[in-house]
Amino acid sequence: MYTLLTGPVFYLALGVCMIGMIVRFYRYFNGLSWQLDRVAYKAWPSMGFKGAVRSIYKWLIPYGTYSWRSQPVMTAAFFGFHIGAVLLPLFLVAHNIFLKEKLGISWFTLSTSVADILTWMAVISLFFLILRRVVLPEVRILTDRKDWGILLISMAPFITGLLARYQVGDYSFWLTAHVLTGEIVLFAIPFTKLSHVFLFFASRAQLGMDFGIKRGGIRGTKMAW
Amino acid sequence: MPEGTLCNKKPVDTAEGITTLLADQSGKKYYEEMTKLEIDSDLLWKTIQNTCKSRIRTWLEICAHCGMCADSCFLYLVNNKDPKQVPAYKIQSTLGEIIKRKGKVDNAFMLHTMEVAWSQCTCCNRCGTYCPHGIDTGIMFGYLRGLCYQQGFVPWEMKIGAGMHRVYNAQMDITSEDYIDTFQWMVEESEEEYPGLTLPVDVEGADIMYTVNAREAKHYPEDLAEAAILFHIAGENWTVPSKGWELTSLAMFAGDWAACKMQVQSVYDAMDRLKPKRMVGTECGHAHRATVVEGPYWAGRPDGRTPVESIHYIEWLAEALRTGKLKIDPAKRIKEPCTLQDSCNYVRNHGLREVAREIISYIVEPGYFIDMSPNKEHNFCCGGGGGFNGIGRFRKQRNVGLKCKRDQILATGAKLVIAPCHNCWDAIRDLEEEFEIGIRWSFLKPLIIKMLIIPDHLKPVEEDVEDDVEGDDE
Repeated sequence: MYTLLTGPVFYLALGVCMIGMIVRFYRYFNGLSWQLDRVAYKAWPSMGFKGAVRSIYKWLIPYGTYSWRSQPVMTAAFFGFHIGAVLLPLFLVAHNIFLKEKLGISWFTLSTSVADILTWMAVISLFFLILRRVVLPEVRILTDRKDWGILLISMAPFITGLLARYQVGDYSFWLTAHVLTGEIVLFAIPFTKLSHVFLFFASRAQLGMDFGIKRGGIRGTKMAW
Repeated sequence: MPEGTLCNKKPVDTAEGITTLLADQSGKKYYEEMTKLEIDSDLLWKTIQNTCKSRIRTWLEICAHCGMCADSCFLYLVNNKDPKQVPAYKIQSTLGEIIKRKGKVDNAFMLHTMEVAWSQCTCCNRCGTYCPHGIDTGIMFGYLRGLCYQQGFVPWEMKIGAGMHRVYNAQMDITSEDYIDTFQWMVEESEEEYPGLTLPVDVEGADIMYTVNAREAKHYPEDLAEAAILFHIAGENWTVPSKGWELTSLAMFAGDWAACKMQVQSVYDAMDRLKPKRMVGTECGHAHRATVVEGPYWAGRPDGRTPVESIHYIEWLAEALRTGKLKIDPAKRIKEPCTLQDSCNYVRNHGLREVAREIISYIVEPGYFIDMSPNKEHNFCCGGGGGFNGIGRFRKQRNVGLKCKRDQILATGAKLVIAPCHNCWDAIRDLEEEFEIGIRWSFLKPLIIKMLIIPDHLKPVEEDVEDDVEGDDE
């Protein structure tokens, strides 16, 4: 099972994720229409580029926008989870050894203590995000089964990873479960809301271009949309 | 397919049609007929397939249901944080649902959708700047209004308004002759006080082509005179077009895109005909949004720009004060607590966040201006934007919507609210009527005129010196 998951299934999951997202990226930008969106993308490439970069950059900075600042607790939970969710899969020592073996690539790694902190931070943040979904009426009304599914899928690799890390019970079982749940995430990315992993950049870039070319940014004002 | 005689899928494009609709008081029969109006699901779904492409589809799909947009929406805040007022919920339960059902929705659903589209969103786009994914629900509501309009589910006043643009190229039944006559008459009224004041009509190659809101001609003609006086004193080489003078677009509020195009094209034709250096539009927010920001796209202009540079009235005013074309008498500056209403349509949606404040720095005695909080691009809608002010059926909801602005104004302690936007001006007038908080409200033109230093050569010539001396004794 483990050999299967770390062999063909891994390559398949990675392939589906990458190709799927390339396709979705292509379809997104190809589907933008200056007339339907009412944004002259092609006429003002430099204004559009600046707007897009600004929009993405500002939102990637914790408390970098008015919106992040106005909801400080949510922002802490949001970044608490996402920093771990981005850094851990890529820079954990164990992941790098695995990547080196499978793809022949490796790069900068996180020290174990940093990785532990990031993981716990992510898990705690996730619990907070779940709590928020249950408690706040304005979030509850939006929540559907798919949202719970996404939360479950995103949470599983962290939980299984921690159980393996601390060798709770059967190590090899948790390790196999960790590989499997990680691969489920890869498979799910192109086909679910998890596509935001990549489409966040597309959607933000679009609004950045909209404001940069046409709306608030047009008179040289530097707003963070 | 039951189509009402008043409420149907056809746009109104004759004067008789408008008269008939107007005769139906408050749209009583119109709304009755609407309850029986059938949905053309095939057309609806076909339209969505042709026009709802990657941007909106992706927005609807990747919405993380995080609810961060909730607090951005003034209608959510003033309705006791009703979860049904969360922007994401409002759009997912209407447009999202129509798409999910591939257009197969029934009459009750469309009636509900119309209510949400026109009474729970003013298309202020504030939520768009609060969403981590950059999802602009206001844009989607604009799109949804277009679908509703196509199916005949549009508030009575909006149907009439769009029809007016189709018939008169103006939001009201004012012909070009009426407009020029009114403007001319108002200018003549002020001629004695401002000698040499004229109305230059259809002058080619002027520096400024001035466009207005039809309401000014119909209900506030003094606004026209004030504009003429200010251009006159500033020594501007300006003109008004006899055709293509209307800056506004109720068609935009209605979602009647074909009428939107007709309307802005009439203004662009005037630009092509008169070849002015610039166009200056009156103190109106949605009108600027329609003609300057969105209009070029409706008219199919690939660069997204108007044929000649087009600026808002506050931009012209700030420039005239900066360059000294208009001079303010410091003794006459505003010396009472005052605040400023930022119009969503040209501040958040066109970046003019500092311009009005520059004007304030000239006309308000230091220490008397108090900004609202939040302000500039984060300011809340006045409460009546996007057509909300004008829809009788949703008046109650609109009045609740005004509470946000009321509380913002009260928090400043201001007695005077400067509102360089027709919609905001109306909403603030209505909130004073509704809640009586003891404020006044004003456009910029009348305030500026009262405090101008008039150059000697533009002052009325004193006819008889002796009379004048005698006059001093009184």
